[in-house]
This record gives sequence, structure tokens and C-alpha cells, in this order.
Amino acid sequence: MGGWAIAVHGGAGVDPNLPKERQEEAKRLLTRCLDIGISALRSNLSAIDVVELVVRQLETDPLFNSGRGSALTENGTVEMEASIMDGPKRRCGAVSGLSTVKNPVSLARLVMDKSPHSYLAFSGAEEFAKKQGVELVDNEYFITEDNVGMLKLAKEANSILFDYRIPTIGTCGAGAAAMDSPLQMNGLPISVYAPETVGCVVVDKEGRCAAATSTGGLMNKMTGRIGDSPLIGSGTYACELCGVSCTGEGEAIIRSTLAREVAAVMEYKGLRLHEAVDFVIKNRLDEGKAGLIAVSKNGEVACGFNTTGMFRGCATEDGFMEVGVW
Amino acid sequence: MGWAIAIHGGAGDIPLSLPPEKRLPREAGLRRCLEVGIAALKARNHPLDVVELVVRELENHPNFNAGKGSVLTTTGTVEMEACIMDGKTMKCGAVSGVSTVVNAISLARLVMEKTSHIYLAFDGAEAFARDQGLETVEMSHFITPENIERLKQAQEADRVQIDYTQPIQKETPKDAAVADGDSQIGTVGCVAVDNEGNLATATSTGGLVNKMVGRIGDTPVIGAGTYANHLCAVSATGRGEAIIRGTVARDVAAVMEFKGISLKEAAAYVIDRVPPGTAGLIAVSSTGEIAMPFNTTGMFRACATEDGYSEIAIWDSTSK
Repeated sequence: MGGWAIAVHGGAGVDPNLPKERQEEAKRLLTRCLDIGISALRSNLSAIDVVELVVRQLETDPLFNSGRGSALTENGTVEMEASIMDGPKRRCGAVSGLSTVKNPVSLARLVMDKSPHSYLAFSGAEEFAKKQGVELVDNEYFITEDNVGMLKLAKEANSILFDYRIPTIGTCGAGAAAMDSPLQMNGLPISVYAPETVGCVVVDKEGRCAAATSTGGLMNKMTGRIGDSPLIGSGTYACELCGVSCTGEGEAIIRSTLAREVAAVMEYKGLRLHEAVDFVIKNRLDEGKAGLIAVSKNGEVACGFNTTGMFRGCATEDGFMEVGVW
Repeated sequence: MGWAIAIHGGAGDIPLSLPPEKRLPREAGLRRCLEVGIAALKARNHPLDVVELVVRELENHPNFNAGKGSVLTTTGTVEMEACIMDGKTMKCGAVSGVSTVVNAISLARLVMEKTSHIYLAFDGAEAFARDQGLETVEMSHFITPENIERLKQAQEADRVQIDYTQPIQKETPKDAAVADGDSQIGTVGCVAVDNEGNLATATSTGGLVNKMVGRIGDTPVIGAGTYANHLCAVSATGRGEAIIRGTVARDVAAVMEFKGISLKEAAAYVIDRVPPGTAGLIAVSSTGEIAMPFNTTGMFRACATEDGYSEIAIWDSTSK
């Protein structure tokens, strides 16, 4: 065993009826991000640098729900959050309530490296961003037409929506969509619910693990709402043994401290990565729906989800590579 | 089996030479809050109600770092955070960046019970508090002269008290930590179990003296400063960064489950693994066990069980 390994995700919980071209678009983006990560690993960048680099790519592309393309709050604005964790000393950084920072994951990294704290939020985080000279843009930059449409649907359905990229042409709204499939997530028909959050986990050649997660959160969320993504131990975790990034129903992930759980069963029960991931997905989510990606210090990579699908990709140094939706 | 309850008023570098005028009001506060909790348990209130009630009392007490008496941010403001969790249902609620709500713990409870979210912060949390008709006041209500002084000292010494990460820090000698002998590491918390094994935990804090505006600590991070499941309920206090990295509250329950050891052993195990001088916790198990370990000089704490045992203490960890 040994060698580097990398996994990326673009969210768990996918409508079985998702149009083929959307699936292909997602797979192309995941492949592109994997390639960027692989290239960086071959250039001997450390795990922590690679996860940040890859998540920046995912944030910049408007396809998934993070950075540009983030889900909208009830007010139609964007409030982003992210966290990053470096396995070797378990250093971590997190941010919430960002509205002008182009790459939240990089601000989370700066919180970890350049501030005396682990977690900054809202105006304090924005202030810190200004002082650090990171790239700032107007809130409008993050807002896409797709999401403006989605917010409208969510308000009509009067419920919290996970983000979903159904084409706006040819749909009849939440009611008709609800008829299409009996599957549900977070109390919503799967066709209206949608996956959110992006993440990346990496183990480099030295066996160092790192993890990073970034999101715009839940469509139509209350302003000020914080989800699992910036919470160390819930959406993100990395230690000597592994690196984990989760996605799905935020409440379920927080209650089960999902990311930490993978590491805890490895540490305290001696399970290997795949067993740990399977165990946690099977036994810790109860009614909750979520997915995760993970790497171990031994160069293993695993993903698990109890949702219908998870946008993901993974690769290892020995040449294995796979991108998938189901 | 019987009920059990534990409360804390913060772990830290509490010098053994703490003068009576600093020590007595806090001991009295702990005693009173413990009595409130005991009465509530005797009246067969659910532990979730008990921990909220007790933490409200601790928040209202000006000598603990929560609610009134909260330490100040670098700009002299108050930004409070709190978190509550029910062990049986594992429902939880958290708030951060609260500046006008008299009892942040009650706001956290409302987030848990009245929204589909778990965690609200800053303007959003304040707006929700008003929607819910919670009692709000001017921020000055929470600010005490002692804390204005603490902030001044911290800024003169040009450091954030207690909690910092390696890269930017110059080490400060321990005795420079507090000029007036008060513990700087604050947070208050309460854990309780009733005689049916229902568990709950609640934690509340003003955070760190001289913290950056917008800084969030371990208290509202489920699994770090606060956690409860069917095995135990935990509330931690100390250096936020160490508690977050160490997923302290979660690990106590995980270690009990995976290693099959008692609450006391699990709690001691977890505290031993965070750097010395950084943390303490209180915990109760579903079978009525209590643990209150800390690796700091002291931790303001108290506990009681249905069979009549009770304790109020500051130094001498019971985990050793």
C-alpha cells in the first residue's frame, strides 16, 4: 500500500431522472478537478495544498453548489461556508457567512494559517478577508439564473430545498416533479431536492491526509443558518489516519458527527478505511441521508452514500481512476 | 439508578491563590445553580429543561463568562454563543454572534425546536430571536467592569488570551496570563440525566478575551464543546482550538462505546489526549455516573446525585 490518493465530490442525493447531459457535464467537471489534483500530487504538492487547489476549482465552476453557483438564502443572497483540515497536527480552519469572498476554502485556509482562531464568520470573516487581501467580488457574482429559478420553486414549495440543477425549460414545477419519483430527501421529493456541497480529500506520497469542504448551503435557508460543512468533525475531518469530507442532509451529518465517526472507528475499532466508511454509512445515519469521500494514510480511497447517487471521482497513484454519479 | 447533574463555570489557569473576593461569589453561584438544577430534577423535569434552566442561571450570573459577564471581543463588544443537545433524540441547537439576547441558551433551544436548522448565527440569529419574542436588551447589559479591564490587559499584552494556534504565537509565560487572578477561560455548562436515562447537555459562553470579531469557538460546534447521545452528555471548556481539533465532547462517548470503558475512564482518556492546560469537561452517563476531569490548574464545577452526594470544587481534578 502507500502512494497518493485523491477523491472529490459534488454532492450526494441525485434524482434518478437527472437528464443525461447534466450527468455528463458533472462528470466532466469532476474529471477535470481530479486531473488538477493528480497533476499537483505528481508535482509533490502536499495534501493540504492539493485539497485547497481542487476545491477552489469546484468553487469557481458554477455547476455545483459552492462559490459561484451557490444555493440562495431566503433573501436571494449567497452566504457561503467552508472548512479545511490538515491531518498531521489536526490543524483546521473554517468560515461561514461569506458573501464577497471569491474562494471560501482559501479563506478557511488563511484562518488556519494566519489567524489565532479556527473559525471566523460573517462580518468578522469578511473583515479578515479584506485584511488578508484575498480576492473579493460582489455578491451578484455568485448568483446564477438557475438558482434564482430554484429559489422560486423552493418558496412555492415552502420548504427548504437542497440545490438541484434541473433544466428550467420543460418542467412544470415542484408539484409535477413530485409525481415522478417516490424517493425523498429531507422531506422533499428527490426531483425537487438536490445535492449540495463540494469536497476533496487527499493523501500525499508522505502519507499526510487532508480534507476540505465548501458550500452555499441549503436553498431558501434562513439568513445566518450554518450547516455541517464548516463544522470540524461533522462535514470535514482529517487526522493521522484519514481525511473525510461529507455531503447530504446537514442535520443528519451534524448529529452523527459523520466525518469524525469514520476516523473514530478506524482509531478505536481498528477498522480499515473501507470497512469504516461502510460501517458509518450503514449504522450512524439512522433516517438521515448523506454521503462521504475518504482517504487513508495508506493510500486507500473510499466513498459511501445511502442516497440515490453522489457526484464523485477518485484516483490512486497506481493508476486507478473512476468518476461516477450512481 | 437516580438522577445526576453536573455544572461548570470554566476550566483554566485558576491560581490556587485566588483571593476570597473572587472565589466566594463563584462558589456561591455554583451552589445556587446546582440547587436550581437539583430542584428541577426532583420535580421530574426533563433533563433538556433542566440544563437550559441551569445554564440560564449561569448566564445571568455576572462572574462567569456567559451572558452577563461575557468577555469582550477586540472591539469591546459582546458576541455570545450557546449550544444544547438531547441525548435520546440527538436533536440539537446552536447560536453564535448573539449580542442582545439575554439568554443565548434559550435561543439555541428555539433554533432546535422551531426551525428546520441546527445553527443560526449573527444577524440571522438576532432576527430569529426577535421573531420568537425572546428577551433582548442593549449590549451594555452584558458588559462588566472586570471584563473591560481584562480586555485592556489583553490588548496591552497584545495577545488573545488562552486560545491560539502555533504559527503566529509568541509563548506567554503562565503567570502573565491573568493579572487579577481570575480564570480567563470561560464557558458555563450543565449536563443532566434523569432516572429514566434521558440525557441532555447545554453550554454557553462569551468566548475569548480580545477575540477577533466573528470568531467562533468550540461551544456551538456539536462534537467539540457539546455532545450527547444515548450513552452520555458532555460539556467541555478550555482552549477552543484544542477542543475543536480534539472533538472532545464526541470522543468521550465514542471511547465509551468503542473501548467499552466507563464514563470516568473515557473522560479521563480524552482529557489526557489534549495538550496540558487546555481543557476540562463535565459528563454524566445514562446510568448516573459523573465525571469532571480537567488538565488545567482548576475548573469551577459542582455536581450532585439523587442519593444525596454533592460537591462544589475548583481545584484537584477527580479524574486522576
